[in-house]
Amino acid sequence: MITFSGVHKWFKQLHVLNDINLHVTPGEVLVVCGPSGSGKSTLIRTINQLEPINQGSLVVDGMDLSDKKIDINKLRAEVGFVFQQFNLYPHLSVIGNITLAPIKIRNTPKKEAEEQAMQLLTRVGLAEKRDAYPSQLSGGQQQRVAIARGLAMRPKIMLFDEPTSALDPEMIGEVLQVMQDLAKTGITMVVVTHEMGFAREVADRVVFMADGVILEEAAPEDFFLRPQHERSRQFLRQLLTPMQAECS
Amino acid sequence: MLNYQFDWSIITSGKYFDWLVAGLITTLKLSAISIVLAFVLGLVIAVMRMAHNKPVRWFAHAYLEFFRNTPLLVQIFFWYFGSYKILPAVVNDWLVSTNFEFAAAVIALTIYTSAFIAEDIRSGILSIPKEQMEASRSAGFSYLRSMQYIILPQAVRITIPPLVNQFLNLAKNSSLAMTIGVMEMTYQARQVESYTFKGFEAFTAATVVYLVLSILITTLVNTYNEKVLNLHKAA
Ligand SMILES: Nc1ncnc2c1ncn2[C@@H]1O[C@H](COP(=O)(O)OP(=O)(O)O)[C@@H](O)[C@H]1O
Ligand SMILES: [Mg+2]
Repeated sequence: MITFSGVHKWFKQLHVLNDINLHVTPGEVLVVCGPSGSGKSTLIRTINQLEPINQGSLVVDGMDLSDKKIDINKLRAEVGFVFQQFNLYPHLSVIGNITLAPIKIRNTPKKEAEEQAMQLLTRVGLAEKRDAYPSQLSGGQQQRVAIARGLAMRPKIMLFDEPTSALDPEMIGEVLQVMQDLAKTGITMVVVTHEMGFAREVADRVVFMADGVILEEAAPEDFFLRPQHERSRQFLRQLLTPMQAECS
Repeated sequence: MLNYQFDWSIITSGKYFDWLVAGLITTLKLSAISIVLAFVLGLVIAVMRMAHNKPVRWFAHAYLEFFRNTPLLVQIFFWYFGSYKILPAVVNDWLVSTNFEFAAAVIALTIYTSAFIAEDIRSGILSIPKEQMEASRSAGFSYLRSMQYIILPQAVRITIPPLVNQFLNLAKNSSLAMTIGVMEMTYQARQVESYTFKGFEAFTAATVVYLVLSILITTLVNTYNEKVLNLHKAA
């Protein structure tokens, strides 16, 4: 579904992605973690070409992103993206946010698009918010609307870039629950997150990145119980210690 | 001056009243048409000014500098006398048979004002967080479609106060159209004055008309603005 082969990317001098080789199979849920600044956002943003790559090859849903002739807008319509800061359209209502792309890009009739949007809103538990504006919603609600907005295009792939990092702790659960339900539907998911509980329960595979390099790639139980790399062990220690202190 | 006999009846009834009303209607038409066109053209130039394509960007930049920095009166004369010289005879004959003064005034006011509007809208666009463009691009919208559905609606909303100013300027500037013979408000007031020597009354009428027009524009835009903005204000 997604294949990175020898992918490199630079921001000027900064080597943000260094020889990335990664294959995501259809229906797989892949969690990407690693310290801040390690290139996780850049990695996930190359998948829908929000960031173009400089070297190597990246094939997404059969489309070679280094091929200038592909219709990038068509690919992006097949790939949902959920941002850390939600990025809902503030001038549109919840239903307007969800139906805009289906109506304007897929030419779905308005009524049909709204029916479909209501199904999605019900799924994320926000049916009663259809006419609210983003500024009237909590962070957790906004993020759930953002997920519904992404799903409205019936994507084959959903990308999440730290979807719960901007949320108050009490709202993280509701968003993770929606993502967990989504994972069961068989959609391909790439999730950048530090929510290790989610990774353990939902992920098929965990990728650990540091300094633009994939250091480790393992099944969740292996990654958490037998991290191979010193950097991973360090990362997990740092992540788990304050969290356990907070939870207990 | 102390012996001046005020005679308001001259302008409140009869032939001269009709002239003033005709002038008012022409001013309204001239302003309304030019405001709509200037707004649309301003949006287009603002987007061109921010295009990735360099020639497009430079063209928009030159357009802005040129039309903002030359006097409106010269631009009105240019379109009226100048374009007349460079157009083919057939087109000219057709133009003369239509209301060419009015068309030239619309063109001049539209282009002149669009340059100011484009700059205002551009700063509006720049103030929209770049994440909005990222969100719409990743949904599959092209750059221009993203502008159309996501960026411009937000940019225009925060640009409303300066836009109102530009609309008011346009309505007031429309009086310059009298110099090429457009029979708008100021032209008609001048006519009434030269026929009746009642300049005070005639120009008072014109002043009131411009004042009311300004208030009307401000109210219209603000009402629209409040209706729209209230919808997505924080609860
Ligand atoms: N648009 C950009 N221009 C220049 N440097 C960038 C840009 N985006 C990210 N970077 C840099 O690239 C590195 C990786 O960033 P990022 O992919 O956001 O890491 P992560 O998501 O893992 O925190 C960081 O050092 C960051 O400062
Ligand atoms: Mg990041």
